[in-house]
Amino acid sequence: MAWLRLFAVFTRIGALNELAYRVNFAVQALESVVAASTVLGAVAVVFSQTDRLGDWQVWELVALIGVYFLVLGMINLVLAPSMAKFMEDVQQGTLDFTLTKPEDAQVLVSVSQVQVWKVIDILVGVGLLAVAIHRLGDTLGVLEASAFVVTLLAGAAIVYSLWIMLATLTFWFIRIENILMVFWNVYIAGRWPVTIYPGWLRLLLTVVVPIAFAVTVPAEAISGRLSALTLLSSVGLAVVMLIVSRWFWRFGLKRYSGASA
Amino acid sequence: MTAILAAYPTLFRIALATMIQYRVSGLIWMIGSVLEPVIFLVVWSVAARSAGGSVGGMDPHDFAAYYMLVLVVNHLTFSWITEIFQYRIQYGMLSFQLLRPLHPIHQDVADNVAYKLVNLIVIAPALAVCWFLFEPRFPVAWSLPYAVLALPMGFAARFLLDWSVALVAFWTTRVMAVNRIYYAILWFTSGRMAPIALLPGVLRPLAHALPFYYALAFPVELALGRLTPAEVWRGFAMQVLWVGVGALIITTVWRAALRRFTAVGT
Repeated sequence: MAWLRLFAVFTRIGALNELAYRVNFAVQALESVVAASTVLGAVAVVFSQTDRLGDWQVWELVALIGVYFLVLGMINLVLAPSMAKFMEDVQQGTLDFTLTKPEDAQVLVSVSQVQVWKVIDILVGVGLLAVAIHRLGDTLGVLEASAFVVTLLAGAAIVYSLWIMLATLTFWFIRIENILMVFWNVYIAGRWPVTIYPGWLRLLLTVVVPIAFAVTVPAEAISGRLSALTLLSSVGLAVVMLIVSRWFWRFGLKRYSGASA
Repeated sequence: MTAILAAYPTLFRIALATMIQYRVSGLIWMIGSVLEPVIFLVVWSVAARSAGGSVGGMDPHDFAAYYMLVLVVNHLTFSWITEIFQYRIQYGMLSFQLLRPLHPIHQDVADNVAYKLVNLIVIAPALAVCWFLFEPRFPVAWSLPYAVLALPMGFAARFLLDWSVALVAFWTTRVMAVNRIYYAILWFTSGRMAPIALLPGVLRPLAHALPFYYALAFPVELALGRLTPAEVWRGFAMQVLWVGVGALIITTVWRAALRRFTAVGT
C-alpha cells in the first residue's frame, strides 16, 4: 500500500501550501455551496411538477447527487491536479525528476498534487448522502451498505483508469490537456440517473465516459435496486481497466525521451 | 463609428484564424453546448411521462421542440468572456489590447460571432439527430418572424451583461465564485433548466424581472408561438432595457476599471 503512504505525504505538503491562503477555504466553500444548491434546485424544480422521475423518487435522486459530489470531490482533490501536473511535466521534460525517484512512477504522478480545499465537495457529498439515507428510512441494510462501498470503489477505479489512460496519451500528442475537457463536458450528465436516458446516450455514458459506473451504480446500491449482474460488471470492469491502464502507462512511458533529448 | 466598423473585417479574419488553429478545443466545447439541452429534454420528457403524459401543458414532443430551439439560441447567445477575462488581466494580455486604438470589446464581438456561425456546422447535424430521435412538435407560430428580431437583441443583452460581470476581475482575482453565482441565476431564470412557466414559487416572477429569460427563452417561445401579443411587446421592451443597462454599465465602469488597472506581465 505504498500509494496510501505517498498520498498521505503529498496531502501534508498540499495542506501546508494551502494553509498560507486561508481565504481560499471560504471561496471554495462558497463555490461548493452554490454548485450543490444549483444541482439540488434543479431536482426541486423537476419534482415540483412530478412526484417521481422514471422509477426514481426525490430522496433517491438526492442520494445520487451526493454520490455525484463525492466522486467530483475525489477527482478534484487529487486526480485532476495530479494529471494536469503530469501533462505539464511531460511537455516541459521535468518528468525526469519523477522518474528518478525510488517509487513507482505511475503512483507518484497519480498523487503528486493534492488540492486540500476540494475536500469540501466530498463533505457536501457525504452530507447529502447522510440526509438522503435518513429520509429513505430503513432500506439501508448491511448488504446495501457494503454493495455501495464496493461499487463506489469500483467506480473510482474506473474513473482513475480512464483519466490515467487519457493523460498517458500525452506521451504521443504532447498537447492533449483538452481531452480531459471531454470528460468534464460529459460529467454533467451524471447528475441524473443514466437509466432515464435513451439507449444510445446510456451506452455512451456507460462505455465511452463511464459515469454510469461512477455515479448511478453506487446510488442504485443505496436505494436497493442494484442487480447482482450490475455489481459484478462494475467490479469486473474496474479490474480490467486497472490492468489495461497499467499496461498502457508502461507502454507510453517508453516513448518519453526526457528534457535533454 | 465608421472607423470601428472598418476594423471588423480584420477582426473577423483574426477570429477565424484563431479558431482554425484551435479547432479541436472548439469542438470539445461544443459537446457541452449540445449535451446540456439534450439532458434536460430527456429529464423533462421523462418527468412528463411520469406525471401522466404532460407537465405544465407540455408533453415530450413539446419539450423536444423547446429544447432543440434552446440548443440553437443558447449557442447563438452565450459568451465565454466571464471565464477568460481574469486571465487577460493576470497574464498581461490586456496590456497589449489596450495599446490598440480600439476598445477590446470589438475583438470579443468578432470572436463570438465567428465562433457561433462556424460552429453551426456542429449544431445542424445535432439538430437533425434530435429531430429523428425525439420527434419534436413545431406549431405554425404567428410570432416566428419576431423571433428572428429577438435573437440578435438577446445576444446583445447577454453579451453586454456578461462583459459587465467580467469587469469584476479588475477589482478581485477570485472571480470564479462571482461567475458561479451569476451562472446559477442565469441557469434557473433563462429557461435553460426549465421552461419558466414550470418554475415554482418566486423563481417565475424573478425570471420575468431579470434579463436572462429575454435573452434566451423569449426568442424560443416566440418561435413556438407560446406568447400573447402583450407578452411579446413586454419582452421586446425588456430586451431594449437590458441592452441599455449593459451598455451603460460597460461605458461607466470601464473608465473606472482602467484607472485601477496596473499592467501585469512582460
